[in-house]
Amino acid sequence: MPDLTPNIGAFASIAKEDLARVFQVLQEMGYTLLGPTLGETAIVYDEIEGVDDLPIGWGDEQEAATYRLRPRNDTAYFGYTLAPQSWKRFLYPPVQKLLTLTVQGETFEIDGNAEPAPRYALIGVRACELRAMAIQDRVFLSGHFPVPDYRARRQRAFVLAVNCTEPGNTCFCASMGAGPRVGPGFDLALTELEEIFVVEVGSELGRQVLSQTPWRPAGAFELQNVRRALAEAEQHMGRHLDTSDLPDLLYQNLEHRHWDQVAQRCLSCTNCTQVCPTCFCSDVLDQPDLTGQRTDRLRVWDSCFSLAFSHVHGGNIRPHTRSRYRQWLTHKLASWIDQFGSSGCVGCGRCITWCPVGIDLTAEVAAIRAEV
Amino acid sequence: MNATETGAAKANGAGARARPRLAVFKFASCDGCQLSLLDAEDELLAVTDAVEIAYFVEASRHADPGPYDIALVEGSISTPEQLRQIKEVRRQARVLIAIGACATAGGIQALRNWQKVDDTIRMVYAHPEYIETLDTSSPISDHVQVDFELRGCPINKHQLLEVIIALLVGRLPRLPTYSVCVECKRRGVTCVMVAQGIACMGPVTQAGCGAICPAYARGCYGCYGPMEAPNGPALGHQFEQLGLDAPDIVRLFRSFNGYADPFRLISDKYEEVAP
Repeated sequence: MPDLTPNIGAFASIAKEDLARVFQVLQEMGYTLLGPTLGETAIVYDEIEGVDDLPIGWGDEQEAATYRLRPRNDTAYFGYTLAPQSWKRFLYPPVQKLLTLTVQGETFEIDGNAEPAPRYALIGVRACELRAMAIQDRVFLSGHFPVPDYRARRQRAFVLAVNCTEPGNTCFCASMGAGPRVGPGFDLALTELEEIFVVEVGSELGRQVLSQTPWRPAGAFELQNVRRALAEAEQHMGRHLDTSDLPDLLYQNLEHRHWDQVAQRCLSCTNCTQVCPTCFCSDVLDQPDLTGQRTDRLRVWDSCFSLAFSHVHGGNIRPHTRSRYRQWLTHKLASWIDQFGSSGCVGCGRCITWCPVGIDLTAEVAAIRAEV
Repeated sequence: MNATETGAAKANGAGARARPRLAVFKFASCDGCQLSLLDAEDELLAVTDAVEIAYFVEASRHADPGPYDIALVEGSISTPEQLRQIKEVRRQARVLIAIGACATAGGIQALRNWQKVDDTIRMVYAHPEYIETLDTSSPISDHVQVDFELRGCPINKHQLLEVIIALLVGRLPRLPTYSVCVECKRRGVTCVMVAQGIACMGPVTQAGCGAICPAYARGCYGCYGPMEAPNGPALGHQFEQLGLDAPDIVRLFRSFNGYADPFRLISDKYEEVAP
């Protein structure tokens, strides 16, 4: 191990078995490891103890409305595309208690959620997912009312990204400029080659972690292999989305007959919004007890596909599936840009894979474009 | 679904909270839904503090006469006698809440609605002449005004408590009408239909159970009945894509809530094309 620690922006090379050391250092620093692991029917993100919990030798095949686990004929550590659900469920949990209110005579007492945010090391974050976190950061942290719980979880998280060399059939991050190479925001970024991991240092924290691991500077040949693998990945996206003129295309076609065709297939089941790594809508509900003296206030994931979501005084502003699907797609690809300065889509393809009937937003946009 | 704000608390005045009188009635059913109230063990004492249980034969032989502030009605209407009884229950109840798939959709016994009832009776009973029954098993709302419907086979005790709490404070019960998929995703369950090709009623079924069956790698059976604005034809089409034939699809839509309109229309459609 050289005495010097690699600089931010530098590329190091570590032996595959030394990833275990990286995990160990993170654990010693107090991080809970979250990473890909083999579930019963999918590679899911969950708490892991070490390298042995990674889905070594397993991959996945994804298509619209289809996901299948597949054994690989090698021992790749990160040889899958994406887990069914994104890191959103750890950074912005589906159900979160915000506070408890207790009646005290004429007034009431507020007990805020004082539990410290967990300290997660997110292992295996893909480029599209890192971009999604940056988008959710803008949603939750910019403006006058940042979400405290999200901020704490984000600030305390260590991001160990992994460049994607296994894009799936429903992937189109290249179209969205979100991948396959990870952009800024990681602490360490791995690229898996046959024998080694090439590690890019993204932060001072990442530098500290790497300095406690056996490493050497990455060689020119290794870096060339990384570039080649990523260039190949870019060429193997299963889906493509033509984003040219995109907000206007949708704004100018709000009455396009294709919305009716989608509505015939759409179940309004909300799966697309829940697996989307950027969808952020939530509801706040009170859960009182029978005495009327105490209530828990919860934040739960919501969806623009549920009827209650668009119910306002006097009625529902989006009573039909047609208007709800249109709202989702135009927000994601068009009005998101007006609202937050970037597209809300990162091209991860989860909404295509996990739609029970396989509605494909790239195909829907193409259909509208084809018949303007 | 219909709900009113004629809550017991309102009826009793908002200030000092009088204990509303609760009654539990049973029609054609298995008792599982009313058992959910007894099953609320941790909350049961608080329930009896909050409401006076005036009539609940499964829990106590002590039975007070009506009128009642809240009537929980379990079961479907299946006999001429029940037809008379439900009208009397309605007369005695300020707020009538139908609980469970039998009371809200006719239940599994509504399968007989697709057959000639005399054939069914002869098939089941040695002395069919003793049996007096209606042609159909039907939901409570077919016969009397229902103020609120609580879905499920059986109902969920937390939802039942939410309804009672809502009545106590005089607001609408707040229960989800979206799909079971929401509960799967919140729970982190991997979709059984996408990842395993298992036919699942979740995308057209109302949430409430917490996605129990998909969590154990089974497709949803539709116990909570049709969700808000369900798209049955689209799901039926997807079942075909998964390789199911028409009789399979009929069976999936025609179970505990099979007689509920959105499910019935789909099963009838597939029955027409079934060989």
